[in-house]
Amino acid sequence: MSNLRDVYIIGVGQTPCGKYPTKAAHVLGREASWAAIKDSGIYARDIEIGFCGHVYQGMGVGQRTLKDIGLVGQPVINVEGACGSGTLSFWEAWRTIAFGQHDVALAWGVENLSKIMSGGPLPLEEDDIEVALGMSMPGLYAMRAKRYMDEYGVSKETLAKVVVKSRLHASKNPIAQFRKETTVDAVLGDPVICDPLTRSMCCPVGDASAAAVLVSGEMLNKIKRDESRLPIKVLGCVAQSGGYASATGLTCDPSENVARTSQMAYEQAGLGPEDMDAVEIHDAFAIAELIVAEALGFAKKGEGSKLIEEGTSNFDGNIAINPSGGLLSRGHPVGATGLLQTVEIVNQLRGEATGCQVPDANIGLIETMGGAQPAMDGITCVVSILGK
Amino acid sequence: MSEEKVEYAKPLPDFRPETKPFWEGTKQHKLLLPKCKETGKVFFYPRAISPFPGSVNMDFDWVESSGKGKVWTYSVHYMGPTKAYKGETYVVAMIELEDGVKMMSNVVDCDPETVTIGMDVEVVFEDATEEVTFAKFKPVQ
Repeated sequence: MSNLRDVYIIGVGQTPCGKYPTKAAHVLGREASWAAIKDSGIYARDIEIGFCGHVYQGMGVGQRTLKDIGLVGQPVINVEGACGSGTLSFWEAWRTIAFGQHDVALAWGVENLSKIMSGGPLPLEEDDIEVALGMSMPGLYAMRAKRYMDEYGVSKETLAKVVVKSRLHASKNPIAQFRKETTVDAVLGDPVICDPLTRSMCCPVGDASAAAVLVSGEMLNKIKRDESRLPIKVLGCVAQSGGYASATGLTCDPSENVARTSQMAYEQAGLGPEDMDAVEIHDAFAIAELIVAEALGFAKKGEGSKLIEEGTSNFDGNIAINPSGGLLSRGHPVGATGLLQTVEIVNQLRGEATGCQVPDANIGLIETMGGAQPAMDGITCVVSILGK
Repeated sequence: MSEEKVEYAKPLPDFRPETKPFWEGTKQHKLLLPKCKETGKVFFYPRAISPFPGSVNMDFDWVESSGKGKVWTYSVHYMGPTKAYKGETYVVAMIELEDGVKMMSNVVDCDPETVTIGMDVEVVFEDATEEVTFAKFKPVQ
């Protein structure tokens, strides 16, 4: 795919993560999109196409968002890929430019979850056999955790340390939903949702939006923009639907999908895990950080816990994982998450992180994992690699 | 004491062309698995095309499982996916059947907190409604 055009992110915007039950999705979306447009320095009407990622927000959210800005007439596509909806909309924006259809695109993700639920697991399709057996998203990851702990001798304390690190990072991030530091004892003392996962090992219900303006390399050279705003290059961007984990059964292991997708993204970028400085990964549950870090190649299989135990994944460690606080603490407003992760990495590479700044961050990676589906290793996985 | 029929309030699976024989089996208290006519191998989850590499088979036999297996992994759930589970503590597990396939199910007829990985289990059938019977598993005594 050597004939792909260069694509750059020239502006980003985000809202704080929290509970805003009175704010409609398009209101949140408008706030983040406008911030991204202003940050890009581009004239708003130069945006040729918009992609809006969301899951539970109903009809025409993308169109309603841009209408409030005054952008009408251009194509707007609402994109759904479970928890990967935000990055799937980013992937759409990237590929429409990379393949030469458009020169300027806006990608944003939005979710107002607190309008539809106060807490508890995300609603799943009730006709699925696994939901009929009482499985939930935390249940799926809890089963993965149990097996992982049994196979590799990992303790509940290590899972708790993932949350402690996440809260530490989030405590410095003004847009994070949980900004109070915690301890291993407090995490383990929380009510158990699905053994071994306690409440704080599960991401919260929350609302937010985040957005990015993408342009082609040709356009970057043409437009008048503020030179102090560093453009960030998209080095790789791959989306893959989940597959059957194996022919003969289920393994409840979304990391297979992550490994497959990230391998393709590394190849596209001509880079490997050792080149990454800052990464935002889909830690919807504490166990996910360990298995996803392994799937991305940051640790050998079964050794993801070493990153936590040795502090390697702290923001100032060798491979900074979730300097924003991740889904566990920054928050997981489903459709917005992928763009929140992308905005964080753009800010890290620009040296403008709102929270913990990763020292000398030149290359970053975003991994989003959408959904649980009977027999499959997820619904959508998107991995993108960005560089300055 | 008269037994009043309590309506089943939890989610129910729907029957798709690929899964219908499985549910017809459980209704007769039989655990049936699809078997690829080309490779002769059983698999799970039921689907319309053979999952085995190289096979173009789209037609299956359904064979009865021994119903015996081991707990591959599990989680004691203190919170369920819907309100119907409120106040319940139950076990969702992946069962590795002797037949060589894994299946998600519940471990029942025991204290949830006594379930372990590797525990020997066997199938039991739970009639939820007139149409739907679940294949669940209990520890082998």
